[in-house]
Amino acid sequence: MTALDSLSFTVAAGSTLAIVGESGSGKSTLALCLACLERPTAGRIEFGGRELTALREPELRAVRPQIQLVFQDPAGSLNPRLTALEIVSEPLMVQGKLTSAERGARARGLLERVGLSPGMAGRAPAEFSGGQRQRLAIARALAIEPRLLILDEALSALDASVQAQIANLLLDLQDSSGFAYVFITHDLRMAARVADAIAVLERGRIVEQGAAEQIVRHPEHAATRALVAATLRFEPPRERAGG
Amino acid sequence: MAPILEVLDLRVAYHSPSAGRTTALAGVSFSVEAGEILGVLGESGSGKSSLATALLRMLHPNGSILDGSVRFEGKDLLSASQDELLKIRGARISLIFQEPGLALHPAMRVRDQVGEVVRAHERLSARERRRKTDELLETIFPSGASRISASYPHELSGGQRQRVLLAQAIACGPAVLIADEPTASLDPTTQKEILELLRRLRRELGLTLVLITHNPALLAGFADRILVLYAGAVAEWGPAQEVLSRPLHPYTEALLDCLPARSETGARKMRLPVIAGDAPDMTLPFDGCRFEPRCPARMGVCREREPGPTRAGAAHSVSCFKFGG
Repeated sequence: MTALDSLSFTVAAGSTLAIVGESGSGKSTLALCLACLERPTAGRIEFGGRELTALREPELRAVRPQIQLVFQDPAGSLNPRLTALEIVSEPLMVQGKLTSAERGARARGLLERVGLSPGMAGRAPAEFSGGQRQRLAIARALAIEPRLLILDEALSALDASVQAQIANLLLDLQDSSGFAYVFITHDLRMAARVADAIAVLERGRIVEQGAAEQIVRHPEHAATRALVAATLRFEPPRERAGG
Repeated sequence: MAPILEVLDLRVAYHSPSAGRTTALAGVSFSVEAGEILGVLGESGSGKSSLATALLRMLHPNGSILDGSVRFEGKDLLSASQDELLKIRGARISLIFQEPGLALHPAMRVRDQVGEVVRAHERLSARERRRKTDELLETIFPSGASRISASYPHELSGGQRQRVLLAQAIACGPAVLIADEPTASLDPTTQKEILELLRRLRRELGLTLVLITHNPALLAGFADRILVLYAGAVAEWGPAQEVLSRPLHPYTEALLDCLPARSETGARKMRLPVIAGDAPDMTLPFDGCRFEPRCPARMGVCREREPGPTRAGAAHSVSCFKFGG
């Protein structure tokens, strides 16, 4: 079965590409290929000038830390028996470059950066809300200073108010550290808000891609138009009763 | 017209050895008119799922109803006997949940699972039951009903599985359908299809719908009235159009502000408005308003006592001191 068929796109350093599509369009397979966890049958993926698809496993191990994944369900990707601090320092331990004290300091800094207070460092994932867990997953992804973050429906399971908080956090982190994001979602509205460019995926093919605003305002392909139409027609109120 | 479902001062709490008592619903009152679509809008921790399960006394074993009443067609469900409840659950009031994958038996064909619900509530011959099952599936799947009927859940898409649950839910001709996040795990297109199906079922079967969701956009153009829950209490209750276009409670207002608007695509990469802070810790008692710590419009009185519902329109009420409290 073909999951992805002849995709071509680029992500500029420090920018965001949103991949928008419905279930079964191949979004998650694409995420795995980009993270070098799945090998494409044909085609090339270049990262920072290196052809990932030509690398052998030992060489890939050196590249993978630079590309990190954040998934939809943080509960399923965080070890329930570790504390927040341990979860964030674990990638540093695997990397083996820092002493235990340095790792702890770095992990505390990361927790603070994603808006988790120092008092929460000793808590287990179950003691956090969904939004806090997603912050924790982001802190872990940032631990070994990646250049590219792949966010696979990372906001989809969260409440609207929490989605806004995490989206802002991602924008802040990009501003301060220049991460590139591949933002995979079925939410065209949110894609338009956080991304520079949007690629629309349908049954394994990119049917339309371009500047985010262009795609949302002037969708050309039927699949894009269907996505725009399916976006529930609701505009938040801008005039207030109470002033 | 008398309401079909009337909830008064419903209080629910959960008990755990580690956290002690956690309040889920702290005195919730509302009513549902026959044939209306009531949207219950609430974020995680608002108590919306506890509400769905408390109405039919199906709370998790560590949860209990502390006080209140739930009147359905004039009968108080909270004091009803188990026998009486069994005749109401599924038969008069049906409930569907978010994860259709978990609610279906993985190794039974769709027709057998739907047929099983029919058998649980009605004495029919095997042939009549089969005919009834087929009819139900044809109502829900205007095309391809026979193929779906012979399928196993894993052969179906998320949207199709949710439709199978709906077939089970309407099998006994209920008066009220409570749907807890029925579209949360679905694509936008499929979401829309399920909403359209629910609307058709209301029209054709005269169903009363209680749709529970965290997504305000889902209720726009769908719900007749909206009940906004925050931290186990009703923040606001009124006609959907009014609540969504002119929200009164500062929480509703802030929540609607968080949504990225389509008209604002020009504001790309601008920060979205957020509600500062986190939802309150429900193991602690409240002195004042639950939303006060996060409220941009807080006043002195908000910390002193809890606001009660105040009328703010013909059919609109709000629990906030800005409007009298």
